[in-house]
This record gives sequence, structure tokens and C-alpha cells, in this order.
Amino acid sequence: MRYWKGFKDGIPIALGYLSVSFAFGIQAVSLGLTPLQAVLISLLNVTSAGQLAGLQLMTVGAGLPEMALTQLTINLRYALMSISLSQKLDDTMTTPHRLLLSFANTDEVFAVASSQKGKVGRAYLYGLTNGPVAGWVLGTALGALAGGLLPDSVTNALGIAIYGMFIAIVLPPARAMREVRVVVLLAVAMSCLITFLPALGFISDGFRIIICAVVASALGAWLLPPPLEEEAEKEAEC
Amino acid sequence: MAWSEFFKYVLVMAGVTYLIRMLPLAAIRGKVKSRFVRGFLYYVPYAVLGAMTIPAVFSSTGSLPGAIAGVAVAMVLGWMGKGLLTVAVAACIAAFAAALFLH
Repeated sequence: MRYWKGFKDGIPIALGYLSVSFAFGIQAVSLGLTPLQAVLISLLNVTSAGQLAGLQLMTVGAGLPEMALTQLTINLRYALMSISLSQKLDDTMTTPHRLLLSFANTDEVFAVASSQKGKVGRAYLYGLTNGPVAGWVLGTALGALAGGLLPDSVTNALGIAIYGMFIAIVLPPARAMREVRVVVLLAVAMSCLITFLPALGFISDGFRIIICAVVASALGAWLLPPPLEEEAEKEAEC
Repeated sequence: MAWSEFFKYVLVMAGVTYLIRMLPLAAIRGKVKSRFVRGFLYYVPYAVLGAMTIPAVFSSTGSLPGAIAGVAVAMVLGWMGKGLLTVAVAACIAAFAAALFLH
């Protein structure tokens, strides 16, 4: 039951991933990787920005320390997400399951898991992650093997799927709670500032997300403490 | 690319990415006590999503009018509390249609 609830929640993520990883597959092959190599990267990494950067580094023959440092920079946000997610897990999440499921803790999986009422367990999380990982790998394979077949107008439009999902996750709580609204707007404003101010152009996408999330969340926790007691009561009922 | 070369890169990439995700999840078992830290962690998902979406969404479809149409539709449907799949699909259709008609 919980598995299928998770699986259903993962379908939009999987569809979004199909399109994003499709683009990754096309690019990997165009940069000289075999389709099998492209698929292996997706299967072992399950992360969009990190893979794209990694692909570029390996095709120009960069050093391994540079590769490690780039992945650390771009993907450090996952540490923040794993810390946050650690507070949502119930008792079914024993160590082996934590080791396995953390592999698939992507931005989108984290966002959907976080938006659940109360705690989440392993059945839900396996359901939630199975579809997206399959979609990510399948999309890569399709892009690598048959990238040229779809018209650009379709693949371009699919690029917005993930963001549509993000918007659908954020808006209901932002509508209901002023505190969430303020924190989100703060993060968005900072994100725009870092993106568009030339003086801040040296900040990478990975660090932009970390800086915005840390500053906006810290200011929110300090000036507008969220109604955590209510949340605790809801959890007690479950 | 030669497989020997490829494997070195992929192992470093995948290893670093996995450790970043796994270590906090494996290490933090209890409930955080500090009210500030709990409030902070409560806000992180929303702040992350906000920062990841804007402004990146506007360059996600290769067409600015398409992206704007997609965002507008997603905001209206999201505000109404529609499901994730509904909103994501509607945003794609809006982006596709707007890019088609406005070019």
C-alpha cells in the first residue's frame, strides 16, 4: 500500500527525469561516449547537474581531483537535504535501508518526501524512488540511442516538467503559511541576485542553491519560527 | 571513450556523490533538539525549491515565452492545489503551445 502510494507520487518525477536524462543521453553520445557508458553514468550517479559537469570534465581529460571537487561543489546541497530528510524518517529506516535509499535522494525525491504529512518509511521511499531511477536510466538510454528522432519543439517543452512539479510542491504550503511564503520569496530573490549580478558571477549553481537555502532558512528559523508544535501533534496521531 | 579512462572518472563521480548523500542520512538518527535547527531544517526544502526554480526555469525550454507560459499555468494550478503530475504536464503543454504560436 505505502509502496504504491510512493510509486504514484514518483510518476511525475519519473516523467520529468525521462526528458531531462534524454537530453543528457544525447549530449553524452555527441561528446564521444558510448550509449552504455552514458547509461552507466546515469545509473551510478542519479543527479543532473553533477553528471553534466562530470561529462564535460571527462571529455576534456580533466584530473581526478578536479572531478572530485566539482562533484563536491555541485552536489553538496544533497548533504543539506539528507540532514533535513533524516528528521522525517520512521523506525523502518534501519541502516541497510538508509545506505541503499540515500543513493536515490535526488532534489525531487527529497522535495516530495519532505512534503508528506508526518514521518516516511522505507516502503514509501522505495516506491517513491523506483520510478524516477528507472526513468532516469531509461531516458538516458533513449536519448543516447535515438536522440535525433524527437523534434526539438517536444524535447524543449519537456524541459519545464521538473520545474512545474517544484512549483506544485511549493505553492500549497506557501499559500497556507505566511512563514513559508516569506522564506521562499527570500530564497528566490537571492537566487536571482546571484544569477544576474556580474560581481557574483563566480558562484557556481551548486553553491548558489546552498547559499540561498542556508541563508533564507536560517533567517526564517530565527525571525519567523515555524509552527513545529502542531507538526509534532500530527505526528503523534499517525 | 576508453573504458579504463571512463571507469576512473565514473568511480570518483559516483563515489563523491554517494558519500555526500549517504553520510548525513546514516549518521543522524535522533530528533534534533534545538528549536532553531528544527525550524531551519523545516524551511530547507522550500528554500531549496525556490532557489532551484527561479530563475533557472526561464531558460529550461529554449523559449522564453514558452517558459513564461509554462510557469504561469503551473502557478495557477499549483495555487489551486492540483497534483504534481497534472501541474507538470500542463506546464509542458503550455510551454509547447506558447513556443509554437509565438515564434
